[in-house]
Amino acid sequence: MTILVWACVAVGLFFLAVAAVGMLRLPDVYTRSHALGVTDTLGASLVLIGLAFHQGFTLTAGRILVILLLLLFLNPVISHATVRAALRVGLKPWTKEP
Amino acid sequence: MSEFLYSTMTVLAILILVYLYRVIAGPTVFDRLLGLNGISTKAILLVVVIGTIYGRVDMFVDISTGYALLNLVSALAVTKYFEHRRSV
Repeated sequence: MTILVWACVAVGLFFLAVAAVGMLRLPDVYTRSHALGVTDTLGASLVLIGLAFHQGFTLTAGRILVILLLLLFLNPVISHATVRAALRVGLKPWTKEP
Repeated sequence: MSEFLYSTMTVLAILILVYLYRVIAGPTVFDRLLGLNGISTKAILLVVVIGTIYGRVDMFVDISTGYALLNLVSALAVTKYFEHRRSV
Protein backbone atom coordinates (compact mmCIF):
# COMPACT_ATOMS: atom_id res chain seq x y z
CA MET A 1 0.00 0.00 0.00
CA THR A 2 2.88 2.35 0.80
CA ILE A 3 4.43 1.72 -2.62
CA LEU A 4 1.09 2.59 -4.23
CA VAL A 5 0.88 5.86 -2.28
CA TRP A 6 4.45 6.78 -3.25
CA ALA A 7 3.90 5.99 -6.91
CA CYS A 8 0.63 7.93 -7.21
CA VAL A 9 1.92 11.03 -5.38
CA ALA A 10 5.27 11.05 -7.25
CA VAL A 11 3.66 10.74 -10.69
CA GLY A 12 1.13 13.42 -9.72
CA LEU A 13 3.92 15.78 -8.65
CA PHE A 14 5.67 15.14 -11.97
CA PHE A 15 2.55 16.17 -13.88
CA LEU A 16 2.14 19.25 -11.67
CA ALA A 17 5.73 20.24 -12.47
CA VAL A 18 5.03 19.80 -16.19
CA ALA A 19 2.02 22.13 -15.84
CA ALA A 20 4.19 24.71 -14.06
CA VAL A 21 6.82 24.58 -16.83
CA GLY A 22 4.01 25.10 -19.35
CA MET A 23 2.76 28.11 -17.41
CA LEU A 24 6.26 29.59 -17.48
CA ARG A 25 7.24 28.98 -21.10
CA LEU A 26 4.11 29.05 -23.26
CA PRO A 27 3.45 32.33 -25.07
CA ASP A 28 -0.28 33.02 -24.81
CA VAL A 29 -3.40 32.89 -22.62
CA TYR A 30 -4.91 30.07 -24.67
CA THR A 31 -1.84 27.83 -24.69
CA ARG A 32 -1.29 28.46 -20.99
CA SER A 33 -4.88 27.51 -20.28
CA HIS A 34 -4.25 24.27 -22.20
CA ALA A 35 -1.26 23.49 -19.97
CA LEU A 36 -3.18 24.34 -16.81
CA GLY A 37 -6.55 22.79 -17.60
CA VAL A 38 -5.33 19.42 -18.88
CA THR A 39 -2.10 18.58 -17.09
CA ASP A 40 -2.89 20.21 -13.77
CA THR A 41 -6.17 18.31 -13.42
CA LEU A 42 -4.39 14.99 -14.01
CA GLY A 43 -1.61 15.77 -11.52
CA ALA A 44 -3.97 16.94 -8.78
CA SER A 45 -6.17 13.86 -9.31
CA LEU A 46 -3.19 11.52 -8.93
CA VAL A 47 -1.96 13.24 -5.74
CA LEU A 48 -5.45 13.09 -4.19
CA ILE A 49 -5.86 9.42 -5.16
CA GLY A 50 -2.51 8.64 -3.50
CA LEU A 51 -3.53 10.42 -0.28
CA ALA A 52 -6.86 8.54 -0.31
CA PHE A 53 -4.91 5.26 -0.58
CA HIS A 54 -2.91 6.37 2.46
CA GLN A 55 -6.16 6.58 4.46
CA GLY A 56 -7.36 3.09 3.55
CA PHE A 57 -11.05 2.17 3.26
CA THR A 58 -12.54 4.77 5.58
CA LEU A 59 -15.01 7.63 5.38
CA THR A 60 -12.14 10.12 5.15
CA ALA A 61 -10.90 8.51 1.94
CA GLY A 62 -14.41 8.98 0.53
CA ARG A 63 -14.32 12.65 1.44
CA ILE A 64 -10.95 13.06 -0.27
CA LEU A 65 -12.52 11.47 -3.35
CA VAL A 66 -15.39 14.00 -3.09
CA ILE A 67 -12.76 16.78 -3.30
CA LEU A 68 -11.31 14.99 -6.33
CA LEU A 69 -14.75 14.92 -8.00
CA LEU A 70 -15.25 18.62 -7.20
CA LEU A 71 -11.83 19.43 -8.71
CA LEU A 72 -12.60 17.44 -11.85
CA PHE A 73 -15.73 19.55 -12.41
CA LEU A 74 -14.25 22.84 -11.27
CA ASN A 75 -10.92 23.09 -13.07
CA PRO A 76 -12.27 22.76 -16.67
CA VAL A 77 -15.14 25.16 -15.87
CA ILE A 78 -12.71 27.87 -14.73
CA SER A 79 -10.41 27.37 -17.75
CA HIS A 80 -13.39 27.51 -20.11
CA ALA A 81 -14.75 30.69 -18.51
CA THR A 82 -11.35 32.39 -18.63
CA VAL A 83 -10.71 31.51 -22.27
CA ARG A 84 -14.22 32.55 -23.32
CA ALA A 85 -13.84 35.89 -21.58
CA ALA A 86 -10.43 36.40 -23.25
CA LEU A 87 -11.96 35.64 -26.65
CA ARG A 88 -14.91 37.99 -26.09
CA VAL A 89 -12.60 40.76 -24.92
CA GLY A 90 -10.69 40.40 -28.18
CA LEU A 91 -7.30 38.88 -27.45
CA LYS A 92 -5.88 37.36 -30.61
CA PRO A 93 -4.55 33.79 -30.39
CA TRP A 94 -0.78 33.41 -30.81
CA THR A 95 0.45 32.46 -34.29
CA LYS A 96 3.93 31.71 -35.52
CA GLU A 97 4.06 34.59 -37.99
CA PRO A 98 3.28 37.91 -36.31
CA MET B 1 6.55 8.12 5.22
CA SER B 2 6.73 11.46 6.96
CA GLU B 3 9.84 12.54 5.06
CA PHE B 4 8.08 11.80 1.80
CA LEU B 5 5.11 13.96 2.83
CA TYR B 6 7.41 16.80 3.88
CA SER B 7 9.20 16.70 0.51
CA THR B 8 5.77 16.72 -1.19
CA MET B 9 4.95 19.89 0.75
CA THR B 10 8.24 21.45 -0.39
CA VAL B 11 7.60 20.65 -4.05
CA LEU B 12 4.09 22.11 -3.83
CA ALA B 13 5.45 25.32 -2.26
CA ILE B 14 8.04 25.69 -5.06
CA LEU B 15 5.26 25.20 -7.65
CA ILE B 16 3.23 27.92 -5.88
CA LEU B 17 6.23 30.26 -6.31
CA VAL B 18 6.30 29.49 -10.06
CA TYR B 19 2.61 30.33 -10.40
CA LEU B 20 3.16 33.47 -8.31
CA TYR B 21 5.67 34.63 -10.93
CA ARG B 22 2.96 34.23 -13.57
CA VAL B 23 0.48 36.19 -11.42
CA ILE B 24 2.90 39.09 -10.93
CA ALA B 25 4.42 39.23 -14.45
CA GLY B 26 1.45 38.13 -16.58
CA PRO B 27 0.87 40.41 -19.58
CA THR B 28 -2.92 40.39 -19.42
CA VAL B 29 -5.40 40.01 -16.59
CA PHE B 30 -6.42 36.54 -17.80
CA ASP B 31 -2.88 35.23 -17.29
CA ARG B 32 -3.13 36.41 -13.70
CA LEU B 33 -6.49 34.64 -13.36
CA LEU B 34 -5.02 31.37 -14.65
CA GLY B 35 -2.12 31.72 -12.24
CA LEU B 36 -4.51 32.25 -9.35
CA ASN B 37 -6.44 29.14 -10.39
CA GLY B 38 -3.22 27.12 -10.33
CA ILE B 39 -2.25 28.53 -6.92
CA SER B 40 -5.63 27.58 -5.47
CA THR B 41 -5.35 24.02 -6.83
CA LYS B 42 -1.92 23.69 -5.19
CA ALA B 43 -3.29 25.16 -1.95
CA ILE B 44 -6.07 22.54 -1.88
CA LEU B 45 -3.46 19.78 -2.27
CA LEU B 46 -1.23 21.43 0.35
CA VAL B 47 -4.04 21.52 2.92
CA VAL B 48 -4.80 17.82 2.39
CA VAL B 49 -1.07 16.92 2.68
CA ILE B 50 -0.78 18.93 5.94
CA GLY B 51 -3.83 17.08 7.27
CA THR B 52 -2.19 13.75 6.38
CA ILE B 53 0.98 14.75 8.27
CA TYR B 54 -1.00 15.75 11.37
CA GLY B 55 -3.29 12.72 11.15
CA ARG B 56 -6.43 14.92 11.15
CA VAL B 57 -7.56 14.64 7.52
CA ASP B 58 -11.24 14.57 8.51
CA MET B 59 -10.96 18.16 9.72
CA PHE B 60 -8.71 19.53 6.96
CA VAL B 61 -10.85 18.08 4.17
CA ASP B 62 -13.66 20.53 5.01
CA ILE B 63 -11.28 23.52 4.79
CA SER B 64 -10.08 22.26 1.43
CA THR B 65 -13.63 21.86 0.07
CA GLY B 66 -14.52 25.37 1.17
CA TYR B 67 -11.41 26.74 -0.52
CA ALA B 68 -12.28 24.98 -3.78
CA LEU B 69 -15.83 26.39 -3.81
CA LEU B 70 -14.56 29.89 -2.97
CA ASN B 71 -12.09 29.68 -5.86
CA LEU B 72 -14.87 28.65 -8.26
CA VAL B 73 -17.20 31.51 -7.25
CA SER B 74 -14.50 34.20 -7.36
CA ALA B 75 -13.05 33.10 -10.71
CA LEU B 76 -16.51 32.92 -12.33
CA ALA B 77 -17.41 36.38 -10.98
CA VAL B 78 -14.24 38.00 -12.36
CA THR B 79 -14.53 36.33 -15.77
CA LYS B 80 -18.23 37.26 -16.07
CA TYR B 81 -17.34 40.86 -15.24
CA PHE B 82 -14.69 41.08 -17.97
CA GLU B 83 -16.92 39.26 -20.44
CA HIS B 84 -19.74 41.79 -20.08
CA ARG B 85 -17.36 44.74 -20.04
CA ARG B 86 -15.86 43.74 -23.45
CA SER B 87 -12.51 45.39 -22.73
CA VAL B 88 -9.55 44.56 -20.53
